[in-house]
Amino acid sequence: MARAKSKRKQQLEHALLVPVDWLEERSGLVGGLKYFLFRKVPRDTNWFHTLGSATLTAFIVQLVTGVVLAFYYKPSPNEAYASIQYITNDLTLGWLVRGMHRWGASVFIILLFLHMGRVFLFGAYKYPRELNWLLGVLLLVLAMLEGFTGYLLPWDQTAYWATVVGINLNATAPFLGPFLSDFLRGGQEIGTDTLARFYSMHMLLIPGGLIALITLHLYLVIRLGVTSPPWSKEAAGDERKEVSTAKRGLLEPRPRGDGGVATDVRGRPEA
Amino acid sequence: MADELERPGETPEHEDAEAHLPSPTIWPFAFAGAVALILLGLIVNAWATVIGVALAVVFGFLWIRQVTHEVRGEPEPIEAPAPPTVEPEAEEEGPPRYERSKFLEGATIGIGAAIGAIVTLPVLGFAVAPAFVDQDYPEVDLGPLDEYPEGEWLIATFTSIPDDGKISRRTAFVRYNGMQDSVPSFSILSNRCVHLGCPTQPQGPSGETRELEGVPVVLTPTQPSGYGCPCHGGAYDVEGNRTAGPPVRALDRYEYSIVEGRLVLGSPYSVAEVEGEGADAVIVKYSPSDPGVHVDGPEQYLYPYVP
Repeated sequence: MARAKSKRKQQLEHALLVPVDWLEERSGLVGGLKYFLFRKVPRDTNWFHTLGSATLTAFIVQLVTGVVLAFYYKPSPNEAYASIQYITNDLTLGWLVRGMHRWGASVFIILLFLHMGRVFLFGAYKYPRELNWLLGVLLLVLAMLEGFTGYLLPWDQTAYWATVVGINLNATAPFLGPFLSDFLRGGQEIGTDTLARFYSMHMLLIPGGLIALITLHLYLVIRLGVTSPPWSKEAAGDERKEVSTAKRGLLEPRPRGDGGVATDVRGRPEA
Repeated sequence: MADELERPGETPEHEDAEAHLPSPTIWPFAFAGAVALILLGLIVNAWATVIGVALAVVFGFLWIRQVTHEVRGEPEPIEAPAPPTVEPEAEEEGPPRYERSKFLEGATIGIGAAIGAIVTLPVLGFAVAPAFVDQDYPEVDLGPLDEYPEGEWLIATFTSIPDDGKISRRTAFVRYNGMQDSVPSFSILSNRCVHLGCPTQPQGPSGETRELEGVPVVLTPTQPSGYGCPCHGGAYDVEGNRTAGPPVRALDRYEYSIVEGRLVLGSPYSVAEVEGEGADAVIVKYSPSDPGVHVDGPEQYLYPYVP
């Protein structure tokens, strides 16, 4: 009885794994995913290390809710406000999705700053991770631009005048300011093109840049590994002498070559 | 000499024993250009076709000569300088590189860059240029002159670009100053705060709003002691001079003209400071500038001239 059950179980397992093996053999994606998910991290990472993935999650929430909102939003001066009202008041669960997008924007920015603070206070921006800090700063700038361009889209009085002030603030920058403001408005006055231009920047241009930079950011995180907290004894070299004697004292040994392309898909991840 | 073709590498003239390549030639390109000129001439001008045919004959002849020179037993003209450039570089590092692979690499990068530039530059231009060119302000009819009593301020709300609809609603403070040299004189101030562009409000009681007939203009009489901005506390006197707060110059003004007894609004312009009052005011015009931008003083040199 038990044996028959285990045979069925084997068959089921086989049936499940055949497509995985098929995919792995042709693309190496499964091994890559395993390498990404089960890569080695310092033993004493803590909850502060989750702020980066929390920020990523907030960004994904913004992406998904934003795409759904774009189903119904109309970026034209005569229709924008009415379409927002329609989404909020008439559409089933529209208030929820718009609320997620609206409040999620603040969550995204707050998490960005918390993540940035964690990296700063842990000294995780130091060699060899300076480049990732720079990428993070660019991501922060783009996220702020998302906030700036998204704020206009509800097209109410607050949105309009806040954007007037925001654009004119840009215009006061020396030398390039007036050109920047003309570019943002699409002319010398806020007009029919301004809203569509902000919408395009908000949902196409800037998210494209964000996705590209996040990909690079993650690549460097995986390549360089995660830093130990500054109070870590391991990082000080108490346990792993061979690491601490090297110049890259804080850098954990890279799990390179032992997980890049897994040869056995069924095998459990190494430790 | 004909057997030279069949057994390349054996004769001392062929030192590059690895491959027998025809020497580089420009004539196929020139011939193609001539053919293109013929086709262009068919559309544009018959003379271009004639010139194209002549060029095609000449270049075609040169091409054929080039191709057949070995058969005819003439020495290759451009063979000597080519081999020495290949060998020293090939020795420098790793596997040998051949003329052709270098050429292909250069061609791929070069042509790729050219295609990229051809595709990208117009798109980039389209993304940026419309914000800077053809920016003009259409004239706006503000109604008959007798709607504007002498010495009285009116809040005029109008549609600056009728095709754009309500998005182009703007507000100006208008006062008729009476006749000056037998021409009606107006003071027309934009309500946009020159700090950061919020709408300023007249400080003082306002009368009853009335709509003008035939034009989308709304007038409200007011007796202001000055203008104030709700956003950051900028304050101006009735002539638009800054009296307090963060603004960096006086309120912008509008040009105007009188057409068939009606007040017609022109382009806005920026003002540093107004001396005097009403019809006697002395105003220096500056090109319309963004709020927060200095138009006079040393700070003006921080900002580019925007026509």
